[in-house]
This record gives sequence, C-alpha cells and structure tokens, in this order.
Amino acid sequence: MATEKDFITKITPTWCVGCGNFGIWTALRQALAELGLEPHQAVMVFDIGCNGNGANWHGTYGFHGLHGRPLPIACGVKMANHELKVIAVSGDGGGYGEGGNHFIHTCRGNQDITYIIYNNHRYSLTTGQASPTSEHGAKTKSTPAGLIEYPFNGPQVALTCGATFVAQGSADEVVHLKELLKKAVSHPGFSLIDILQPCVIYNDKDIRQQYKQKVYKLEEAGYQPNDKMAAYQKAGETEKLPIGVLYEEIRPTYENQLPQLAKAPLVKQPVAVGDISEFLREFK
Amino acid sequence: MKNTQDFKNNKVFTWKIGGAAGGGQQVAGLIFTKACVHGGLFTFDSSEYPSRIRGGLVAYRVSISEKPVLAIYKDTQLLIALNREAFDYCLPDMTPDGVILYDRGKFEIKPEELKGKKAYPLPLEKLAQDAGIKPLAANIIITGAAAALLDYDLEILKEAIKDTFAAKGQEAAEMNLQAADFGYQYAKTNLLPDEFPYNLKVLKKNNDSIIATANDAICLGAVASGCKFMAAYPMTPASSILHNLAAWAEKSGLVVKHAEDEIAGIQMAIGAGFAGVRAMTATSGGGFALMVEGLSLAGMTEVPLVIVEAQRPGPATGLPTWTEQGDLSFVAHAGHGEFNRVVLAPGDPPEAFALTARAFNLAEKWQIPVFILVDKYIAEGHQSMPEPDLKDIKIDRGEVLTDEQLAKIKDFKRYLVTKSGVSPRSIPGQPGGAYLANSDEHDEFGYSIEGFTPEIRNAMVEKRAAKLKGILADLPGPELFGPKTAEITLIGWGSVKGPVLEALKALDGVNYLHVPAPWPLSKEIMEKSLKGVKKLVCIENNQVGQFANILSELCGIAVDERLTKYNGAQFFPEEVVELVNKLK
Ligand SMILES: Cc1ncc(C[n+]2csc(CCOP(=O)(O)OP(=O)(O)O)c2C)c(N)n1
Ligand code: SF4
Repeated sequence: MATEKDFITKITPTWCVGCGNFGIWTALRQALAELGLEPHQAVMVFDIGCNGNGANWHGTYGFHGLHGRPLPIACGVKMANHELKVIAVSGDGGGYGEGGNHFIHTCRGNQDITYIIYNNHRYSLTTGQASPTSEHGAKTKSTPAGLIEYPFNGPQVALTCGATFVAQGSADEVVHLKELLKKAVSHPGFSLIDILQPCVIYNDKDIRQQYKQKVYKLEEAGYQPNDKMAAYQKAGETEKLPIGVLYEEIRPTYENQLPQLAKAPLVKQPVAVGDISEFLREFK
Repeated sequence: MKNTQDFKNNKVFTWKIGGAAGGGQQVAGLIFTKACVHGGLFTFDSSEYPSRIRGGLVAYRVSISEKPVLAIYKDTQLLIALNREAFDYCLPDMTPDGVILYDRGKFEIKPEELKGKKAYPLPLEKLAQDAGIKPLAANIIITGAAAALLDYDLEILKEAIKDTFAAKGQEAAEMNLQAADFGYQYAKTNLLPDEFPYNLKVLKKNNDSIIATANDAICLGAVASGCKFMAAYPMTPASSILHNLAAWAEKSGLVVKHAEDEIAGIQMAIGAGFAGVRAMTATSGGGFALMVEGLSLAGMTEVPLVIVEAQRPGPATGLPTWTEQGDLSFVAHAGHGEFNRVVLAPGDPPEAFALTARAFNLAEKWQIPVFILVDKYIAEGHQSMPEPDLKDIKIDRGEVLTDEQLAKIKDFKRYLVTKSGVSPRSIPGQPGGAYLANSDEHDEFGYSIEGFTPEIRNAMVEKRAAKLKGILADLPGPELFGPKTAEITLIGWGSVKGPVLEALKALDGVNYLHVPAPWPLSKEIMEKSLKGVKKLVCIENNQVGQFANILSELCGIAVDERLTKYNGAQFFPEEVVELVNKLK
C-alpha cells in the first residue's frame, strides 16, 4: 500500500518558506494514502499559479494545464476513465476569475471530481494583484486606489449552481483538512473545497493570526450539512470563518448517467474499427 | 433526360425550391433528392438560408445527373417558387427554357416577367384545403406535382417520404404521402405534363448509395475510426457534427458533451486524449478563435487531438449561414509558440470520411493536433456517394506503452528525446507510468524547467520540431485530375474540388491539382507535383489567396494567377469555366 511519501516526486518545492500551500500539500498526501489510493490511480489537474506550481512535486498522474482551465481537462479525463480519482486544483484567481464559467457548469453537471481552491485572496504568482475574492477596497498593484468590486463567494455560487459537496477548510488546520479532503474525494459527485491559504508574501503580515482567531469548526458547533439555506448563510459569514462540510447531498453523477460507461470506462473499450451500418441507414 | 442543358455531354438537371423560412423547403428538397438517388441518379445539393428560424428566404437546390455530379450548378432548369421573394431571387439563374412552378395563392407572375419561360400556377392553399391536407404539407403537394411533370416514378418518391417521416410517426407519414399523391394526380390532369420540357428517368432501383454531407461523413469516419469522445459548443456550420454524434451516442458508445463554451470543448477533448481515448471537437472559425490557447496546450503537452473547423465567412460573426475558405491561414498559424499541426482539407464527403480516419491516426502517431477543415458548402451540402468501405480503415495508435513495457522501465520519461520526435506514452491508470503533462516547458519527465536551462529547452523544442520530417512523409499527397500536361494547371484545396472537377469536363488543356493536406507542405513533393506546369493558377474561396501564400511561404513557389471568390457563395462550375477561359 502506498504511503504519503509515494505521492512526492523528486522535485523540491519552490513555494516560499512558510507558504500555506505546504499545509494543503501535506493534508492531501496523507488523505490520498489513507484512502488507500496508489499514485497511478489518481489524476491531478493543476491550474497556473503558485498553487499549480505544486504539479511538480505531487506524485500522481498530473496535468498542469492552462490558467483557469483545470476543470474541463478534469471533466475530459473523468469521462474517458471514470475509474480514476480526479482532483482539480486552482487558485482563487484561476478558479473563480479566468475559469469562472467552467466552475459554474461543473457544479451543474455533478461530475465526480474534487475541486480544491487554494484561496489566498490574491494573484500571488503574478505578484499580488487583486483577485475575485479580494476584499472591497483592497489596495494592490492593479487596484492602487482600492478595489471597487465586492468579493466573489465560491461556496455560495457552488451551492446556487447545484454542487453536491461544498466545504471550507484551512491550510493551517492540517489534520482537519486531511479529513475534509478524504470526505471530498470520497464524495460521489462534484466536491468543492475552498481553503483559506495564507500567502506570507501578499497577504497581511498577521494573516495566520487573523485566521487563527476567526476560524471555527462546524462539527464542533453542532452544524448539520444537509440544509442548503443554512449552508448558504454559513458560507456568507465573515466575522467568524466556519471550516468543515457546509453542504452535502447525493445526486447521480454525470458519469453515472452515461449508459456508454455502464460496462467499462471508455479507455478500456477497444480502439477498433467501429460499426457504422446502423447510422448509414439514415443517409439512404 | 430529355432536353437538359448539355454541359459538354454531362447532362445535369438543376432543381430549386425557395420560400419563406419554416416552409419546409429543405425537407421537400431532401425528399426529392433521396427519390432521385433511390432511382440510381447522382446528386449534389445545397441549401441557402438566413441566420434565423422563421422568415427570410430559404432555398434548396439540387443538381441531378445520370453520372456522378460533384457540385451545384448555377443554371437552373426547374424552380418551385413558394413566394414572390423566392421567384425574384432565383429567376436570374433560370435557363432560357427553364420552368417555374409557383404558388398562385401567394403571388402572381406577369407574363412579361417570364421572358419566354414556362410557368405553372398552383393554388396551394386551396388545393390543400380541397384535399383535406394540412397547409404544412403544401411543399410536398408541389413536390408531387414536380415529379408528375418530370414523369418520375411516384412510388420511389413515396418511399423517400416514408423514410423521411418514419421517425415522426404514422400520421405525419400518411399526410405527406397523401399530399404527394394528390400533387402528382393534380399535375397529371391539370398541368399538361406532355408539354413539360424535361423528364427524369429511373436508372436502377434499390440503389445502395447514400447521400451525406461532409459533416455526416466526418461523423461516420469518427465512429469508424474508434473515436470515443467528442465535446463541442454549437456553431453553424459545424453543429450537425455535434447533433449526429449526440444522436448516435448510446449506440456508437461515444460520449458526446455539449460543453459550456468552446474553451471547455477543446480542453475536455484534450483531457480525454490525455486519458487515452481518441477524442475530437468541432466548431467554426469564431469558436476556434476561443480554442486557440487549447491548440497550443495540445502542442506543448503532445496530446493527440482532432479538431474539425467548418468555415463560414468572417471576420467576427460574418455570414453565419454562407460559405468561404477564409480560415486556412488562421488554423495553420494559430497558437502561441511553435509546434507542429496538420491541416487536412477534404474536397467532398467521400474524402471527408477517408481523411477523418487518417486524422485520428496522424494525431496519435505524431501526438499532435490535426485539423479537418471544411466549409459550409460541403459541411451542409449532400452528395450522393457509395457507402464508405470500412476495409479502407486502418487504426494506428502510434507509440502507446503496454503495462509489460512500462514494468521494465525504471524511471519513465514521458518526453524522452527521440530521433523521430515522438516519445512513447503511458495512459493514466497504468502502474509505473505516472508523469506530468505540463504546459510549462519541461524536462523529459514532464517537470517544469525554471531558470535558464538552454540544453533542456533546446532539446525539447528540437524534439517537438523533429516530428515534421515524419509527418510530411505520412501526409496524403496532392492528387492530379485531368490531363497529365496542360496549358493551365489549377491548384486548390478543400471544397473548390467539386466545382473545378465539374468545370474540367468543359475545359480543354486544363488540369487540377487537389491538395488534401494544405499544411504543412513538403517543398520536395510540391515541386515534384508541379514539375513542368506551364501556368499555375490557384483557385480559392477567399479574398487573399491564402493557400497561394502558404505555397510561397513553405515552398517558395509563386502562382501565376489567383482566382478568388468571397461573396458568401461557393464557385459554380460555369463560373470556373468562364474565369479559366479568360486566362487563356
Ligand atoms: C491566460 C493567462 N493569463 C494570465 C496568466 C498569468 N497568471 C499566471 S498565474 C495568475 C494568477 C494567479 O492567481 P491565483 O489563480 O489566485 O493563484 P495563486 O498564484 O494565488 O496560487 C495569472 C494572472 C496566465 N498564465 N495565463
Ligand atoms: S507568493 Fe504566496 S502563495 Fe505564492 S508561494 Fe509565496 S507564499 Fe505561497
């Protein structure tokens, strides 16, 4: 059986010392190992960003695609081989900005994919510009006079668009995050985990302390993740920040509803000359 | 056929029906075409319609012959005009002895408008009412009447109606059969069929030809080639590919995804290709513009991919329902950075079938994106053709590692530098084959290279570029039609093939070189194909002469003349004859 070490490649991480991404990386490796997965049984699809640079040190099959596009790649992989565990990774910029349309529509489709958003409220790799989740008034290189827009709430949008598993996590709560990731990856359907990820370069200097003070665990608050309206309200809290599963429901997955996949994944069906006789009749 | 226009002994009869959108001209036209093909005749059709669902003029025309006919002729012998607009629009194309059937309930024709042509009035609404037929079937009444006047076999027409309406239920079929019968009998008794100048003969019954568009042929080719995944976003004139494949999905086993946009369409196809299945997408120029970043991604990650681009006139939204060959330069040069891609440009539906099979092989063998470039004219125009032969299809997946081969490799390098430029690939799920497909420049494992590492960058650029040699040798070569030597050699690609081949029948001392793979070009092969050519004339359905530019860019060959057309219509054979004769 694989251990969390088997999910590490020979490449040394290039993230800044103290970056919140390390916590997510650890939790994810542990989660995959504890779920009993082998590295070749999972495909991770990465965005472009600090988050996506991690593609080089995650030891599964990987696809490090274009900015904003991990979801449609992940959907294509999943439809081609639904026996694989498919995990897509984005930042708040790529996931909610550049790739916003894909996010909306994958929530609707309920493809059995886990979507992890490394939410640091900034475009970090491109040196800290405002992102869709930045706070109103944020002064950044691209918004020196203060950001006019109000923040995009990923979990609320996911709920509205029909996602069947919506959670918030914290990169600094590694054990809690690991359990959350295990649930998300095991959930049959589209699962979103929006993770508070401290960026030690472009967030406030005391970002870790801020999160520490604000974060609370939903399980400990006696919250039940089965009420969409309650989840919507929870996802909107800003004074305190809830972590845990906000909402879960079981609905048939996209792949489950494709009779073509009932017998075997597409990739396991032979690539052979296909019978067209039946279709030719339409052209007589 | 009596009295049809003698186009250098190649008798072609052209039949046109026009009326308001929503009036069923395309259905009626297709039924008539099917009836012709079922009787052993050859056809090529085309429909003209505006980009809206109701209103505006919709016209359908079909050229019919006892020998294979590869294009739509301009000269029209029979016009069915269901309204005034159709009459005015189509009249200029009528031959002097042409005949018009028209709906007198909708409009009147003054004798001086006809300039000697015969016109047969039919009060369609009244006739339908008298016969207890819904007005919806009026187009079939008039089609029945046309069959009577042409002395064509009514039973064959009725078979075609049954086929067409079978899926719509008994009632629809019955009503339309009744309409055809009624129109036929009405014309026989009231419209003097003996004076009608044309007739169509059944050549053989139980003909097993099919009538298909290039889009249809691409779909059949994709299923036949083991394609398993297609994702696309609707856009005229590519949409019928999505429609056909979606309709067949359950039976063919293909997964067909209507994606949220073209960006997602190409990305999903790349995801599926990476995961190991034969995958494709289809769009028109505007949709492909959104896919361009994905094209470059496929180039960098070396994922096999087939892209159908069905062109329509641009720029921007352009003329959505008309035709042009305006995107060759675009697809050949699209994408940031340098990488190989192939453009296949079938000239007709049978070639579209064959080249689709080749496209999937080329994509997998060379791990590159391959385009199938068609245009509205052939994407939506039907041609009668023999059933495609599956024996011609060979599947070649290129270098895919087996589990056993992978087990023997210690540190698997997905992007191993090889002489051919192709690196054997693993399929996700295979033990020991895990790697990173990376849009960042990468080493042989797929890991990003950062900092200045010129050896790796050069090696990777050169590895990807090295494929070109093998690709060029693997492409379908130019095909010469007509005499070996000629005063004028026409050269072209894609859908100009049909009109040019028809025109050759009426031209002396002219031949045609059809280029099925207009990108990339081998200088050596092109020079060989064009050896001894006296006057080289490039004919293209665009304004610039895009292929002529590519020929000069890649082979240093300059054409002597460019024949171009960009008004939204394809070339007609008559037009090609005229243009070429002017060059003599
Ligand atoms: C199409 C495209 N546009 C812009 C970029 C530049 N770019 C790279 S990463 C990035 C944003 C990164 O922010 P985010 O997605 O939040 O990820 P983070 O770096 O914060 O993890 C941008 C704009 C790109 N690579 N591709
Ligand atoms: S810039 Fe921020 S997000 Fe990027 S690696 Fe450094 S700390 Fe992490």
